[in-house]
Amino acid sequence: MKKYELINHTADLGVEIYGRDLKELFQNAGEALFEILCDPSEVGDSVQRRLVVVGDDLEQLMVVWLGELLFLHETEGLLFKRFEVEEVEDTRLKATVHGERFKEGHHTIKAEVKAVTYHQIQVRHKGSGWISRVIFDL
Amino acid sequence: MTGKDSIEIEKIDDYRFRIPKTGKMRTDGIVYANEKMLEDIKEDQSLIQVSNVAWLPGIVGNSLAMPDIHWGYGFPIGGVAAFDIKEGVVSPGGVGYDINCGVRLLRSNLGRSDIKGKIDALVDTLFVNIPSGVGSHRKDLGLSREKEKKVLLKGAKWAVEQGYGTEKDLEYIEERGCIPHANPEFVSERAIQRGKNQLGTLGSGNHFVEIGSVSEIYDLDLARALGLEEGQVTIIIHTGSRGLGHQVCDDYIKTMLKASAKYGFELPDKQLCCAPVNSEEGRRYLSAMACAANFAFANRQIITHWVRETLEHVLKMGPKDLQLDLIYDVCHNIAKIEEHQVEGKKKKLCIHRKGATRAFPPNHPELPRDYRLAGQPVLIPGDMGRYSYVMVGTEGALKETFGSSCHGAGRLMSRRQAIKAAKGRAIIRELKDRGVTVRSAAKSTIVEEMPDAYKDVADVVEVVHSAGIGRRVAQLRPMGVIKG
Repeated sequence: MKKYELINHTADLGVEIYGRDLKELFQNAGEALFEILCDPSEVGDSVQRRLVVVGDDLEQLMVVWLGELLFLHETEGLLFKRFEVEEVEDTRLKATVHGERFKEGHHTIKAEVKAVTYHQIQVRHKGSGWISRVIFDL
Repeated sequence: MTGKDSIEIEKIDDYRFRIPKTGKMRTDGIVYANEKMLEDIKEDQSLIQVSNVAWLPGIVGNSLAMPDIHWGYGFPIGGVAAFDIKEGVVSPGGVGYDINCGVRLLRSNLGRSDIKGKIDALVDTLFVNIPSGVGSHRKDLGLSREKEKKVLLKGAKWAVEQGYGTEKDLEYIEERGCIPHANPEFVSERAIQRGKNQLGTLGSGNHFVEIGSVSEIYDLDLARALGLEEGQVTIIIHTGSRGLGHQVCDDYIKTMLKASAKYGFELPDKQLCCAPVNSEEGRRYLSAMACAANFAFANRQIITHWVRETLEHVLKMGPKDLQLDLIYDVCHNIAKIEEHQVEGKKKKLCIHRKGATRAFPPNHPELPRDYRLAGQPVLIPGDMGRYSYVMVGTEGALKETFGSSCHGAGRLMSRRQAIKAAKGRAIIRELKDRGVTVRSAAKSTIVEEMPDAYKDVADVVEVVHSAGIGRRVAQLRPMGVIKG
């Protein structure tokens, strides 16, 4: 099963994310973000962070989750490659994420993501699984 | 709730098209474009976004779109909308994440031939002196939390006080480089943290510093008034409020989602969430937005100083000989409280310009004294291979578009399409053959930002000029560019 697909958006970048359950959906969203940002095959897993994020609903939870990863990337220079989502409810998510600190010359940065937008945001059931659409501001 | 899937649009004249008010729209949409451009505009969802903006409470006049319109999030990029400050709203999505992203233009005493053999050295040195890319920042610009709050209050003035540039620079910045109603108390700790290491950094994507020269003059008197002449070397700086602004927008979208529910606003897109201008949420956002705008003014001021140092160093010339004076600095992602004539009466409005530039006419009290006769300079960067334009604001803009004009070329291709179109091509080489040296921190930036990915900015400027919402003054061609 495909984890995600990029969708065309003129100025920015959209992603359609798939998952058999909500945990997988949020994990795949994390992977999509860092595959846009960098080349995760160059990233080790020496740094771990435990995260708890909250939102008013699943859609906001998706924006806040990705926003938190982006915040850690920007303020601490972290690149993540593995996302273990332990619990997801409608308004709360708990996860451990693994990665390492950006090193000049060792890691390739492909793009800077400014923000995770609410534009056309979607998190919904599709068939037996879940689908989400997120548009990033680049 | 969603907006419409397809859009009806009718021609008013050669440069204006109307999206008639239907459904929940409170007013018509007006798009400035020509027929050829409209075909490209129809390809994405930006026209739906123009109609979505017309849903918002208290909108005054029309939901406007400049000819560089393209699909954004919430508001279209190139969107202008005015709201009554008593009954209308303010929307962070109508400003965007990069609050006070903007452009400044410097003149010089140099001619094209003075730097011809030195472009590579200039570009390389700019690339070293001006941080771009992940985590890079100048170690000589340490910013404590207390200092950062001063930046948010004072904007470019703070930078000048620290020795970055001169008092005279401030005269030539929109709002003199400081929006007065800034209050750092309304800026989150997270935003402060994101800003800490990002003052004096370019950022990536479409941000750049460009060395170029004046390639054509369309109006000799206006060019003279702005200090421009044929063949003269110029510098363009394009950047904004970096992570601080992105976080302010993100924080206040959360606030506004709640506020929109509280005030019972029906929205076609969550990204259009908003609150009354005259509400606690609205006032707080405008104060925090002003902080981010001031951060951006300071950012461009500091980078200007490093540009000056770079040219002095590489060309071994002093500041008096170089005369790298600031022509002007404009914001193109901002909400401003301004007074405008509406149906013969003066009215205070909250003007949202998202990917649009203020374009005030001659004799407007907001202009620097030197430009009273010429009008406000409007700076329109094109793509990195072709050209950029300098225009001035007009009475037409003040009457029709709340004193607003276009801001750039506007994208034609998505980043993915650009990557596809560039396959097998050496874009850096192609640019070099055209006489433009380019350096970038992120590998993909140059491909995503290649000239073919953008509309021809000459078409955008032609529509603005012909519709009378701006007046063409000069064309600038790039010689060397650093991208984030």
